[in-house]
Amino acid sequence: MTSTFTSRHTGRIVWAAAIVLALLLPELVASKTALTKMCLIGITIVFALSYNVLLGQTGLLSFGHAVYFGLSGFTAIHLINLIGQHQLPIPVLLVPLFAGITGAFFGLLFGVLSTRRHGTAFAMISLAIAELVAASSLILESFFGGESGITTDRSNGPAFFGIDLASQLQVYYLIVGWGVLSAIAMYAYTRTPLGRMAAAVRDNPERAEFIGYSSRMVRLLSFIISAFFAGIAGGLAAINYEIMTATNLSTAASGSVLIMVYIGGAGFFYGPIIGAILISLIQLSLSDITPAWLLYLGLLFVVTVLFAPAGIAGLVERHIPPLRAGMLHRLIPPYLLSGGAGLVFAAGVIALLEMNYHITLNAHEGPLLGLFWMKVDTGQPMAWVAAIIVTLVGFYLFRRTWPIVANAWNDLDSRQPGDLR
Amino acid sequence: MNFMHKLASVALVSLALTGPVSAQDASTVKLALIDGQSGPNGFIGESMRQHLQFFAERQNAAGGVAGGKKLDVIAFDNKFDPQETIVQLQKAIDAGARYVFHGNSSAVGAAIVDFLEKHNRRNPEQSVLYINFAALDPVLTNEKCSFWHFRFDADVNIRTAAITNQIKNDPSIKKVYLFNQDYSFGKAVRTAATQMLKEKRPDIQIVGDELIPLQKVTDFTPYIAKIRATGADAVISANWGNDLNQLVKTGGELGLPVKWFTYFANGEGGVTALGAAGVGRVFAVSEWHMNVPNPTTEKMADEFGKKYNRDMFFYRLDTVIAMLARSMNEAKTVDPKAVAEKLETMTYKTPLGDTYVRATDHQFYQPLYVSVMADDVPKKLEKTPFGFKTVGMSAAKETEVPTTCKMRRP
Amino acid sequence: MATSVAPLLCCYAWTKTLLEQLAISTLNGVIYGMLLFMLASGLTLIFGMMGVLNLAHAAMYMLGAYLGYQISKTLGFLPALILAPLALGIGGALLERYGLRRVHQHGHVSELLFTFGIAFMIQEAVQMIWGRIGVPYRIPSALDFPLFRLFSTPYPAYRIFVLLLAIAIFFGLFAALSRTRIGLIIRAALTHPGMVSMLGHDVPRVFMLVFGAGAGLAGLAGVIGGPIFVTSPSMAGALGAILFTVVVIGGLGSLPGALLASLLVGLVQTFAVVIDVSLDDVFKIAGFTAASTGVFSDIRHTTVAQIAPILPYLMLLVMLVVRPRGLFGSRDV
Repeated sequence: MTSTFTSRHTGRIVWAAAIVLALLLPELVASKTALTKMCLIGITIVFALSYNVLLGQTGLLSFGHAVYFGLSGFTAIHLINLIGQHQLPIPVLLVPLFAGITGAFFGLLFGVLSTRRHGTAFAMISLAIAELVAASSLILESFFGGESGITTDRSNGPAFFGIDLASQLQVYYLIVGWGVLSAIAMYAYTRTPLGRMAAAVRDNPERAEFIGYSSRMVRLLSFIISAFFAGIAGGLAAINYEIMTATNLSTAASGSVLIMVYIGGAGFFYGPIIGAILISLIQLSLSDITPAWLLYLGLLFVVTVLFAPAGIAGLVERHIPPLRAGMLHRLIPPYLLSGGAGLVFAAGVIALLEMNYHITLNAHEGPLLGLFWMKVDTGQPMAWVAAIIVTLVGFYLFRRTWPIVANAWNDLDSRQPGDLR
Repeated sequence: MNFMHKLASVALVSLALTGPVSAQDASTVKLALIDGQSGPNGFIGESMRQHLQFFAERQNAAGGVAGGKKLDVIAFDNKFDPQETIVQLQKAIDAGARYVFHGNSSAVGAAIVDFLEKHNRRNPEQSVLYINFAALDPVLTNEKCSFWHFRFDADVNIRTAAITNQIKNDPSIKKVYLFNQDYSFGKAVRTAATQMLKEKRPDIQIVGDELIPLQKVTDFTPYIAKIRATGADAVISANWGNDLNQLVKTGGELGLPVKWFTYFANGEGGVTALGAAGVGRVFAVSEWHMNVPNPTTEKMADEFGKKYNRDMFFYRLDTVIAMLARSMNEAKTVDPKAVAEKLETMTYKTPLGDTYVRATDHQFYQPLYVSVMADDVPKKLEKTPFGFKTVGMSAAKETEVPTTCKMRRP
Repeated sequence: MATSVAPLLCCYAWTKTLLEQLAISTLNGVIYGMLLFMLASGLTLIFGMMGVLNLAHAAMYMLGAYLGYQISKTLGFLPALILAPLALGIGGALLERYGLRRVHQHGHVSELLFTFGIAFMIQEAVQMIWGRIGVPYRIPSALDFPLFRLFSTPYPAYRIFVLLLAIAIFFGLFAALSRTRIGLIIRAALTHPGMVSMLGHDVPRVFMLVFGAGAGLAGLAGVIGGPIFVTSPSMAGALGAILFTVVVIGGLGSLPGALLASLLVGLVQTFAVVIDVSLDDVFKIAGFTAASTGVFSDIRHTTVAQIAPILPYLMLLVMLVVRPRGLFGSRDV
């Protein structure tokens, strides 16, 4: 009993700290790039959380979640334009709410079609809807603006108590405000009877039906709620970027949010937040270092699916019981050993990939490739042999040292059988 | 370009969320290329980077700009996404770039114009100039024209003017089929072509006007049958990528006897995909191609080919850099506003003829070649037995098209 | 006399053009449909047996085209026709054995996501090896000639070769499933996997074989489809989504369903292209005129031909609403 209390207590402290940090962050970092990135991450967090209402909460795998983000974003852009022309007496600050309502409307519309089913069938219907909407978006030019999209100027509206949204900083606080509100609302949703029913439908639809709930209705309501928050994210994106284009509702955008949520950990409320931050940073920064960043992202995803299906949040949660029991230190030596071997293996793989990309893409820069701290001559067979040897040795060592980690875990588990799982 | 060093620095700055900030250095002028560098179409952005680098280095070797400052090219990957572009643009500005180069996708172009209009108004001391060298939607020099945007490529309407000039002189063409992708760009081509053909060759009949969903068609045989049924002699198509390659290839396979007037067949990957199907049939418009007989450009192309092991394509970037350098030298500063004011009234003589910027909409005009794919030319492309040879040319003046631009000047 | 002949002549010419269009569109539609079938057959068997939608199927098709190009460049087209599908088949079997089987315990969503990740990686790997521009994969010269004339159109021999090969594959698959022992087990495992396992058959091994065979078929489709379509890194994206619609429309696990749906999708897409009618035209005939701005005008001006390539998705939606089990499916999706 005490431990639950403490964990809830700690949880609240962490959440409060995260919100305070989000509010103070602009004071800590000065550059505009950072502010732009933080705005993007904030929007992505809301979007990822909304996706998890489907995937984590209700167990629905959708390949078309960007549809609701995009359609609401376009609506928001049109709203802001109307506000700018003084045809709509609402402050721009409230546009995300209307975008959310738009999202919920389309959620209802397409949800009626798709939530009749679950599992793979649902995934395929979502894909068909996504393809349909994406294709229509280029045909219906007056709403979607064709290839160049629709633009707006968020500062054209009347200032609301001095907030005209001209500066990026105001936009950032707007995003934080809506983001925190949405996150709290979505968290609260998991605690409502409906939210709990959604989890029941996810785990066992038949049983949910037996106790008298229509699992289809639960799925539909979850779908609408999820689309509502995706809509809020879309509205925030419209305000932040002042442009929406067809790529916003493409299947690629839907795939991206899926990867984020899964890598972050769909089973935990904070998983999508971790995923959104991590993957956004990878997309924004890793592309500066290597043209192979997409491949690394794919690798990260496959490794997560294979070895850590609960995502990063799952890994974190796994370590909390030993931490509480004060036994985490027992894991450190095996982790260091196995982690070292894993690093050698990863270094080998990265070296091979980078060398390969170098000879196909940057052959003109000469055979030399700056890799880690050294220069590698990709023209030399020895360099390739060395990279292959490093990879194989790393793999072998990793395979040998991993049982030590597994044993350490088994050891911990057997000591405190009740507390550690 | 040390991988680990970059990794470490990026990891650090990412954690601090500050991005790669380099100190302002007065001795260099940073040119930021913002384009897609990864994904299936990443090769175009990669080629652009190499071209820009090549011409910037030539300028540096010739003494740099504005009293010996060196040009420094930095590339940012926008993944072809307009919203990502804005983030990368902010990164470029923080890294000290005041000149932004971009080519792929008019959607991205519109996003940059829109962003810079607001950014330059809100931060005049940090103004940024956008050099567009391949985004062809006419909207950028019409409804959305901006003082901060210069287009150094012939837009859709100008290219259509050059193509219709060519058709005007070809009496064998009596029926024309318009075949475009269903978005703003394809629609612009169809409007311009219909109108210009009516003016230049009223006897020509437009027998078909197709709009296909962008990159959704997997089999083109039904379209070929449809074109054949109309008895068309020529097809005008602004399609690109698969939508163009597969169209022409299927036409060749099914023996469709038409001339293809295209906007992008000469682009990278074009001849590789088209193969023999294009020879004598596929026409393209460009400001230059490998078989334009001119010693200066031939030498340039040779050097480029040796250095990067790929064919030179963006010849226009040479003109861009030269004119930019001259503007900076004349303005005696690298301040974008002063440079833009010099640039917008500039006339410039390239090895290939007279070129000029039109001040009203910041559209650049240059001689345009219409060329046809051939297998009997000295310079081949992409290690295939094919290349392009000139069949017609329009001087810069002959391609001028009206504009509706009402420019807001700072 | 002359006045009455002229319209007849015109109608003769018109009918001939119409017939020609009809004949060519049918042939084109059937060939495209058969190519779709080669891909869909593997996909539907995998789905039917294992409940796994292999999102990497289209990527394997692309890999097949690239391998076909590479092998035919050095060894010739015929070896490519055999070796590339074989390589993909082995690769697919290994993928099932060491990848899919691992994630199976985490449920269908994990399996789906695993294939999603694999598709992602094949895409990048192809670019890493063969570059980002396409490769010049050409029709083999022995088959590069017009076989016959259909009215005024010379019809290429290679396409007929593709057609015949696809028909042969269909009969081969059908025979293998209905006449061989392993086919019997596969068919049984489609409907009663638990029972088959209880009877002592090694169901996981059957899964591995089916997955390998599906990958091999995708590879074969790539080898023969590559020269017709453009072999480039973007070739998987366009086809992938269409494939899933085919499999669902046909009914999961049903080979005849996959055949029928492939042909249906092929023919619908082919014929829709010819119809240049928009809603506006219908309104005009009915005597209505409407305002010409806004989204509704966009919809009204859109012709059937313009939306031809998205018709499969519409068909899929309609099918899922009206008859979720698909044309020939024995159970709901």
